[in-house]
Amino acid sequence: MYEFKYHRPATVRQAANLLIKNEDAKVIAGGHTLLPVMKQRLASPPHLVDLSHIEGLDGIEMKGRSLVIGATATHHAVATSPIVGEAIPALAELAGLIGDPAVRHKGTIGGSLANNDPTADYPAACLALGATIVTNKRRLKPEEFFQGLFTTSLESDEIITKVMFPLPKKAAYVKFRNQASRYALVGVFVAKRPADVRVAVTGAGSEGVFRIASFEDALKKRFSPKALDGLTVPAEGLNSDLHGSAEYRAHLIAVLARRAVEAATAKA
Amino acid sequence: MAKISLIVNGNPVNANVDPRTLLVQFLRENLRLTGTHVGCDTSQCGACVVHLDGKAVKSCTTLAVMADGHEVRTIEGLAADGAPLHPMQEAFREHHGLQCGFCTPGMIMTAVDIVHRKGHELSDHTIREELEGNLCRCTGYQNIVESIAAGAKAMANSDLA
Repeated sequence: MYEFKYHRPATVRQAANLLIKNEDAKVIAGGHTLLPVMKQRLASPPHLVDLSHIEGLDGIEMKGRSLVIGATATHHAVATSPIVGEAIPALAELAGLIGDPAVRHKGTIGGSLANNDPTADYPAACLALGATIVTNKRRLKPEEFFQGLFTTSLESDEIITKVMFPLPKKAAYVKFRNQASRYALVGVFVAKRPADVRVAVTGAGSEGVFRIASFEDALKKRFSPKALDGLTVPAEGLNSDLHGSAEYRAHLIAVLARRAVEAATAKA
Repeated sequence: MAKISLIVNGNPVNANVDPRTLLVQFLRENLRLTGTHVGCDTSQCGACVVHLDGKAVKSCTTLAVMADGHEVRTIEGLAADGAPLHPMQEAFREHHGLQCGFCTPGMIMTAVDIVHRKGHELSDHTIREELEGNLCRCTGYQNIVESIAAGAKAMANSDLA
């Protein structure tokens, strides 16, 4: 790891000022993505701004019809929160499937979103549930926020402060794990929302998380695994690597989408 | 350099560290607490697991400066020197939960964390799921799972948490 200066701001405003003052500064919270990359010397930020001691940034609460999760809430906190378990159990389950217990004790929802790893779980939940990503500057829809592989619309002095999830009628996440890394080889989040149905896929797209309009249309007419009979996803544009070909991933998407609809229906 | 103050195994520690020092490096090289091991150095194997404010974390993926103001417990902190072993350590000894021993400190710290979160009656399935972030290259896990189940029960009747 190269040398850097460490900052521990007490407020989001202080953190943002540090980012403005120090060019190429990076934000850190759990550190479970950034530190491994810094160890490999693939990243060498001269300044680290640690958000993990900002009070109130890790809260989990219901506000009206939305579940609001603070940016530094850990995966463990989300997975075990009775509030999340009551409001959107699929989201609690998803958080409990990330990494391993020690990783979940440190990794945060804000960090996962800001990194936008194409195999991360939270981006699929945000896209399917139609979450609002709130920063120190503005509110972003997932479609505006996710900009492809490891890329988001966050500006250099912009910090995620919370994520607001509108409550779905039904939802489920099904993940097919890479046996070695435990990341999603493919993960499908299905959400039946008051006005529509959304199907979001992680792990498979070469440009990161995406939605499947044909599945959504079919499920809007009838929210049942049978509605997806005969529907497939083209392998074009999907990842192909030693863990699985694009065709295999396309097949998995269709299978997992059915399982997710089944799971969502069984829960309600 | 950054000034840090933390509690390690119940003792206050003050030090000046380079911010890029990993918590595991700080524990091993500055404090000479060499029970915590560096296995993969990529947050996968779990040989470096310690408790930070009572929760299992991978100390190879935590900066020492991030532990400033917090409490760290390592394998050395489970039982006092010369005192009987912690029930989880004793269970690993009794059930042959180790061969080469390299992963053992991390396994035991993870095991104690599992008991804190999941209680004293642990099914084999739960233990195996929870051990996802700890790798052992010798035992095939069978005896580790038995050790943890027995250690969890024994912790119910012990003063050591």
